[in-house]
Amino acid sequence: MARIELSRLAHSYRDRPSGESDYALKPTDHVWEDGVAYAILGPSGCGKTTLLNIMSGLLRPTAGKVLFDGRNVTELPTEERNIAQVFQFPVVYDTMTVFDNLAFPLRNRKIPETEIRGRVAEIARILDLASCLEQRAGALASDARQKISLGRGLVRTDVSAILFDEPLTVIDPHLKNSLRRKLEEVHRESRLTLIYVTHDQTEALTFADRVVVMHGGEIVQVDTPQALFERPAHTFVGHFVGSPGMNFVECGVDGDSAIFDGHRVRLAADTPMDAGSTGASLELGVRPEFLELVFDRPEHGVPAKITRVDDLGSSKIVTTAVGENTLKVRLAEEAHLSDAACWLVFPPEHSLLYRGSRLCRNPASDRP
Amino acid sequence: MTKTENNRAWFLVLPVFALVAFSAIVPLMTVVNYSVQDIFGPDNRVFVGAEWYREILQDDRLRRALLRQFVFSLAVLVIEIPLGIAVALSMPRRGRWASLILVVLALPLLIPWNVVGTIWQIFGRADIGLGGVLVTALGIDYNYAANPFDAWATVLVMDVWHWTSLVALLCFSGLKAIPDAYYQAARIDGASNWAVFRYVQLPKLGNVLLIAVLLRFMDSFMIYSEPFVLTGGGPGNSTTFLSQTLARLAVGQFDLGPAAAFSLIYFLIILLFCWLFYTTMMQLGRGQQQ
Repeated sequence: MARIELSRLAHSYRDRPSGESDYALKPTDHVWEDGVAYAILGPSGCGKTTLLNIMSGLLRPTAGKVLFDGRNVTELPTEERNIAQVFQFPVVYDTMTVFDNLAFPLRNRKIPETEIRGRVAEIARILDLASCLEQRAGALASDARQKISLGRGLVRTDVSAILFDEPLTVIDPHLKNSLRRKLEEVHRESRLTLIYVTHDQTEALTFADRVVVMHGGEIVQVDTPQALFERPAHTFVGHFVGSPGMNFVECGVDGDSAIFDGHRVRLAADTPMDAGSTGASLELGVRPEFLELVFDRPEHGVPAKITRVDDLGSSKIVTTAVGENTLKVRLAEEAHLSDAACWLVFPPEHSLLYRGSRLCRNPASDRP
Repeated sequence: MTKTENNRAWFLVLPVFALVAFSAIVPLMTVVNYSVQDIFGPDNRVFVGAEWYREILQDDRLRRALLRQFVFSLAVLVIEIPLGIAVALSMPRRGRWASLILVVLALPLLIPWNVVGTIWQIFGRADIGLGGVLVTALGIDYNYAANPFDAWATVLVMDVWHWTSLVALLCFSGLKAIPDAYYQAARIDGASNWAVFRYVQLPKLGNVLLIAVLLRFMDSFMIYSEPFVLTGGGPGNSTTFLSQTLARLAVGQFDLGPAAAFSLIYFLIILLFCWLFYTTMMQLGRGQQQ
């Protein structure tokens, strides 16, 4: 168990990185608190695996430090780091039995055989592997093989954290849920630090206490699933989390309101008053779930035209046009659309201003 | 819809059958034909049944050659397989050095058999050969033309030089096919180098090792040109292996009947051993295939 700190950590796969674009991981500062379940969420190629491999010591960073409980481990090899990692594709030792596979990390660390037997039995029980402990691991199906891989990570008692690199990619969808619940169960019982890499937002949001969103080699937001949804810190998070993603329209600012296409929209109360003073591009962001769509002229509304309706069965996604801008609205399944001409109402608390792709807000108004 | 039964598809096999008949079945049957007859001339032949087989199996010279052959093939496998694995393990996996080493390793494989024999015949000479002079300089009384042990050692070293590369190249390709994740997982698990070899690399090499063992067994069991050029089978008969004994019998003494019987036995031995190696190694690898 440990608190893992990353200090100005950066990595490039090139020998002599010149520009910022040569870096797979741009200089990053982050602290992984002890005992928290994290998910790293991001598209392929955003540096998730690079970050993981640096923490486990499989990769030596180009710059920066990794600290475990304040101890600098950047130069230490994997074996001396007390860290476990589970890979995307199942890695099992084919010629060993399932028992020997699970015991392998413990035996390599010279743990007494009686203790090993107890540990392996416990992990096998949690992962439903108890019935095939004496079988050859190579003969098992891929989900059982991945469970063995998970088990080899979980069996160790000395680990500071367990890193999962998209471990459920090769698992059947119906087994995914049960395995994820197993992991949650393990986390609840052991209070281990778990860091779970995925590009699947559902997986990240259901699994983690805290989600780390990465984009283009940078950590763009670290927050609870709820905050990611309600207060995306970056337009990328708005696009990536939620389906459909957040609406963004270019806008200007006048006092406490955004101006787009000639319409005034009140911004959230924590937006700084001087937000428009710099030259950077400004965008108004609002979630389709928070926009209201009405057909009678409201007090503060923006006139719009419905251009398309997608019925998802449980809800409707309505695409509307305001001048040149497109805004999506999520409505209840039973909502009745009487006319193509309508009004959009922007709830002020959910109308966010983005300057240069980043959320504009007063630092003082952070969540308690 | 009713299915019409016909066996006309078999006609499609005919071309292959014809090809195999000319390349294998007809020559083999000719040998079978010779092995059961005593032939005095084109029109003068007698059916002798199993007589040649009996004679061959009791021939002391052949028995000794067979024993020598087994010892030689066993020694070849025992030396070349582990050595080939070791060479492959110590090679860099990628980069400029890897390509260079691959080319150097492949060189002996490109040299014709009898040229290899000639090279070693000169290389091993104590008067003018580099190898022979070096060994003599170390104070060892070395003469492969007079001393049976030296002759054996030279033939073995020559075969190791010629063919270990093949095993190494096969193993190298097998090692390259192992995904990085296996090595990473092994490091995470704290595995020693030996454990990585024993539990990751060796199991994954199973299939290429099977091929390496089969090829090296067959080739070494049929070895002819190299010892023929190097030692001519001597001193005495100490490095006369099966194929050379057979050639003497068939072409030298023109005993076609016994030679044919012997050829068939020779062929069956190779077939039997290949089958044995194949089934045992497949049995060992069974768990991985399922």
